Amino acid sequence: MNAMATTGAIDCDIHPAVPGPAALLPYLPPQWRDMVVQRGVHDLETITYPRNSPLTARPDWRVPDGKAGSDLGQLRAQALDGFGLRYAICNCLYGVQVLFSEDMAAAYATAVNDWLAAEWLDREPRLRASIVVPVQNPEMAAAEIERRAADRRFVQVLLPAQGDVPLGKRSLWPIYAAAERHGLPVGIHAGGSYRHPITPVGWPSYHTEDYVDQAQGMQTQLTSLVCEGVFSKFPELRVVMIESGFTWLPAFLWRLEKYWRGLRMEIPWVDRSPSAIIRDQVRFTLQPVDGPPEAADLLKVIEHMGSEELLLFSTDYPHWQFDGDAALPATLPPELMRRITVENPLETYPRLREAIAS
Amino acid sequence: MSLDLREAGSATPGATKPAIADCDIHPCLMQAKDILPWLPRRWQRHMEQFGMLPRHGYQSGPAYPKGQPDAARIDAWPPGGRPGSDLGFMQRQHLDPNNVALGILNVIAPAAGAAQNLDFSAALCRALNQWQVDEWTGKDSRLKGSVLVPYEDAQAAAAEIDYWAGHKDFVQVMLLSRTAEPLGQRRYWPLYAAAERAGLPVGVHAFGYGGYPVTAGGWPSYYIEEMVGHAQCCQALLTSMVVEGVFERFPGLKLVLIEAGFAWLPSLAWRLDKTWARLREEVPHLARPPSEVIRQHVWVTTQPMEEPEKRRHLHDVIEWIGIDRLLFATDYPHWDYDDPEWSLPVRLGADARQDLFLRNALKLYGQG
Repeated sequence: MNAMATTGAIDCDIHPAVPGPAALLPYLPPQWRDMVVQRGVHDLETITYPRNSPLTARPDWRVPDGKAGSDLGQLRAQALDGFGLRYAICNCLYGVQVLFSEDMAAAYATAVNDWLAAEWLDREPRLRASIVVPVQNPEMAAAEIERRAADRRFVQVLLPAQGDVPLGKRSLWPIYAAAERHGLPVGIHAGGSYRHPITPVGWPSYHTEDYVDQAQGMQTQLTSLVCEGVFSKFPELRVVMIESGFTWLPAFLWRLEKYWRGLRMEIPWVDRSPSAIIRDQVRFTLQPVDGPPEAADLLKVIEHMGSEELLLFSTDYPHWQFDGDAALPATLPPELMRRITVENPLETYPRLREAIAS
Repeated sequence: MSLDLREAGSATPGATKPAIADCDIHPCLMQAKDILPWLPRRWQRHMEQFGMLPRHGYQSGPAYPKGQPDAARIDAWPPGGRPGSDLGFMQRQHLDPNNVALGILNVIAPAAGAAQNLDFSAALCRALNQWQVDEWTGKDSRLKGSVLVPYEDAQAAAAEIDYWAGHKDFVQVMLLSRTAEPLGQRRYWPLYAAAERAGLPVGVHAFGYGGYPVTAGGWPSYYIEEMVGHAQCCQALLTSMVVEGVFERFPGLKLVLIEAGFAWLPSLAWRLDKTWARLREEVPHLARPPSEVIRQHVWVTTQPMEEPEKRRHLHDVIEWIGIDRLLFATDYPHWDYDDPEWSLPVRLGADARQDLFLRNALKLYGQG
């Protein structure tokens, strides 16, 4: 793998970290600032990425005395310059969506977005960001999208993969309506609110299971989005499944498609095949590549996916998914690499196309 | 266009077809109360007064209404009875014409192992096990039973396995997939110890209710979501069993995943390997890559067979899994039945075909 392959690439998943609770205080309204201090509200990092877990940060991407991803200079040198990126989309995983208070969540979401704009986007023109929303209350989430939409550097709406209810549920549709209205894809990222056990069969024992099980959570969310009719209701909406693999997609589609043929009377609004819907409206970020041991087999998996338009380049910086500069599997043909690194992201994110055109 | 439809009962005579093993057949009671003669008096009274309370909201019927009555083929209703309740009808409709040489019975209704009341769960499992012998395996030697166990009480489950160990009519222990905790957790280990001791594979059949939402993101709306979701539930339970080190602890244990499809298995194994390699310090009890453990200890039944647009894609998947780990199953008498003549979308050589349709099962279940 050489660095040339990623030169000019668009990285669809990097993670700037909120350094600590104090960093957001200037961005909270006065009453919330007082409340947070008075109550000693803790750091909101979630259990998805335990701070010192090997997955959470590559050894060479750690920040001395701080959280990986909290230092712009380091992120610039290692991710943006290191891979020669044209743009990188910041997905801030601060655990705003785990809070039970809708009001506190809304205040924090606004603060995180203001912080992203001021401390990252204003300082580095190659950065773009996803809008953090209080998914606990869809109306408040839609309001945050409306508030932010005019800033064209926000290119996506970010949702955690597991919340109170499956993501297709109609109570959440105000979020999709707002996203579609503003040409913002909805990015669904691994992790969640931990309202329910991490698996459909209860709480596991290990962080290892939590991470592996994220892929299954992602699959059930995709089932929900398709079956509830989100893609039928919002035909312009694009959904990006972030950081939970993609090699599961073919088997998932074969099964969903089979049951759709048998049970479509239950969901008549799904009036074309789930595979076609997903190929038109859903994309997947590259890392982690949960690929087969034989490199040639990875190409088979991509062939099974039935389209070369589905994958979006990502490094998942600073998470430890690969070593050195091997962000792209070495066996991909050059044409496919180009699709993944540049064309697919541009086709997915209208606001990136717009930035390049201007 | 003209279609040639075969008249019912006039299909190719069974004996001229290659023999098969069907690793997922569902016998059921004509009516719930038919099990009463096999229950002790105390539990007869309990069943009459309270019934079997599951870990979801309805007294009778599933949490998600099925697509068809009893989720059955519309032609599988015997006169006056429920699908799967009449041995003679099953013989004429399925076992004889399809030349089933070995049929594995999985009693999933009532879901005796999933009852809230653990003592009743144990009594009902014992009753249904004896009922299998008296009404099915004792009357047709092609049929072999699966020992139902009160799996939420592993000590009682182990006792049930010990009770039937060595009985020639039982070839596996059966649980349902959606349990109260992930199946790798140590509360279930006595059950695995007993199965290993008895030399019986543990079959985990999709369905059941453990009480938690059937997805990690909450309760979905539709039956189709529940059905598609069985594949994810089985991935989660297999992840748990592998990561907890169940197969290290019980090296003789064989696991059969029933009715959750199989094409998802390679991708899960790759993800497990990758995550294990990164997080090994958390799970020092895992000495080998998860994919190796799965390759050695796990079998999958084929139904409902995944159906790719391009058939050779399924061929790739079968190669990744290893054809020796696939067990053909029809799911008779349910609606998503896979017909042995038509359901396999890939061409296999004669040897591989025999493995998948018959020999793998004979070997696993000790019937060779």
